[in-house]
Amino acid sequence: MFARLRVAVRFPLMTPAHAVLCAIATTVVPEATGLDATQWDEVERIIARAIAARAPGLRRSLALYLALLEWLPLLRYGRRFSKLDAERRTRWLARLQDAPVLLVRRGFWGVRTLILMGYYGRPDAAAAIGYRAAARGWEARR
Amino acid sequence: MVIGSGAGGGTVAQELAPLVRDGVRVLVLEKGPRFADDDFTGRELEMADALYQDGGAFLTRDGTMTLAFASAYGGSTVVYTGTSLTAPARVIRAWDVPGIDHADLQARSAKYTEQNNVHLLDETLINDNNRLFVVGGRNAGYYVEQFPVNVKGCRGSSLCNLGCPNQAKQGTNRVQLPRAERAGVEVVTRAEVQRITSDRTLDVRVSERSPGAKGAPSEWAPGDYRVQAHIVVVAGGAIGTTSLLLRSALPAPRSLGHGFTCHPALILVAEHPGPITNDVGHPKSYFVDHAESERFVLETCMYFPFVTAKSLTGFGATHSEIMRAFPRLQMILLLACDHATPDNRIAVDRAGRPVVHYRVTPQTVDGLVRGTRAAARIFFAAGARRVHAPADPPLIEASDAGRLDERITARHFRPGSLAVSAAHLMGGCGMGRGAADSVTDSWGVVHGLPWLRVADASLFPDSLEINPYLTIMALADRVAEAVRRDVAALLG
Repeated sequence: MFARLRVAVRFPLMTPAHAVLCAIATTVVPEATGLDATQWDEVERIIARAIAARAPGLRRSLALYLALLEWLPLLRYGRRFSKLDAERRTRWLARLQDAPVLLVRRGFWGVRTLILMGYYGRPDAAAAIGYRAAARGWEARR
Repeated sequence: MVIGSGAGGGTVAQELAPLVRDGVRVLVLEKGPRFADDDFTGRELEMADALYQDGGAFLTRDGTMTLAFASAYGGSTVVYTGTSLTAPARVIRAWDVPGIDHADLQARSAKYTEQNNVHLLDETLINDNNRLFVVGGRNAGYYVEQFPVNVKGCRGSSLCNLGCPNQAKQGTNRVQLPRAERAGVEVVTRAEVQRITSDRTLDVRVSERSPGAKGAPSEWAPGDYRVQAHIVVVAGGAIGTTSLLLRSALPAPRSLGHGFTCHPALILVAEHPGPITNDVGHPKSYFVDHAESERFVLETCMYFPFVTAKSLTGFGATHSEIMRAFPRLQMILLLACDHATPDNRIAVDRAGRPVVHYRVTPQTVDGLVRGTRAAARIFFAAGARRVHAPADPPLIEASDAGRLDERITARHFRPGSLAVSAAHLMGGCGMGRGAADSVTDSWGVVHGLPWLRVADASLFPDSLEINPYLTIMALADRVAEAVRRDVAALLG
């Protein structure tokens, strides 16, 4: 699981990328805790593909941001992000989301977008929320 | 030589087609592929990847806004909703371009209105998402208007922005380009123009179709070409055209790249007590135009799961709760009417790739705030139980409907805190009086380079304040007329 992400993101510190991304994903989309291995694999594939399509500079920034996101909570909570409980993870991400520095907010926005793409970009997730658009349009509903 | 095949390039191709009979070779070079009807699957990520630059997530320089534009046979007309409005007279007056007259643009727009089967959709095809906008808008005291749309045989897939799977939308891929090709115009897809030199040579790279990719292979063998042209009409969209001219190092006017505007947009949603028809039916049938008085336009819309998810603010349980309410969601697209500023411009990086510098001004933020409040009023007046908007917390319950001015304020619209996107990309090669204040004249002729013309939304000297494609076609029609007029002299 998340093997492709390790390659795509080139996570620079020791923590495995999947542990961090998994922790972020389940905080951003709590239902992600219920995904099975195959579904996680699809989430991973979507995110890895999106990252791979980006410029190398952006990929490096993302890797650095993920590293900071993982390790900075050590200063505040005494634990890395992936080792925090759900409530503290939520609080930490909310701080990033509302940070006074644009770079921090923007980074969070990018990570959040990737997670949402990985989760809601799957046809299964679209169906689960009741999205039913079809080429046949009205005909399919009548 | 026509570069690009969207609303501008497709129109020019059609209007220059009669020249083929006179022995003139007319060639259209399109960066994107030619899609087959069955390529349009309606699957969100798959189609976004196939059609849009960077999958629809091309970022501005500071990373706070995404810009959506397509590369395909038909350009962005493949992915718009077909809303067909004529330029407002007051906007054209404010542009103050000598030679551009509203009556002339109106007459030319009428020509394409007819050609593209523009009409008002029958009421039986209107879904609840649109109907609630009308009811809510009128209850809240707004003047709600119906969009004329350019569809033929619309089945209501709601998938317009992913390319119509039923070929109902009458974009240039369905109307102008096939006509042009039948008349002998050559269209080469997957052909990206790298640069234009002052001796009128184009460096063109034709790409190979990757294994498994959508779309047909190019009409030319993959590789690099040098193409000699007599007249070049650039219609690659605001970003494509401007960046091409910038990296071409031509003696172009200094204002090249300036005057970029884009109608920064927010997707707003509200939850109704029961299910409504929202992901079936034409998505964009009505609008409220407060551009003149309050700098915003509200339009009905319906987006796909991922786009909806990223457009909501926040994350976690509340975000998920709204997403699970998808069958009960009403959506409104808020467009802010921005204006050209010296800082907002298109540039290129060292590799020649486009870089868009854009910052929302306090006036634009004001338009977003006012528009969000208006959308919330409409949602509640239509019976919504709660509205999701940039606010803290982002869910506004019906019991708070009387406190919208307090709940929705400018402090919640900080860059990087909300999903602002834009699809109406304008300016960069603005029309005007002369080289000191503009890039082209009112016929799209680049000042000082009579063989080089521009025919797309990059010509707009300021924002149009309404959906732009019909105005692009009207201006492209003028550009083509000027080319026909000048062709003998330029072919020498």
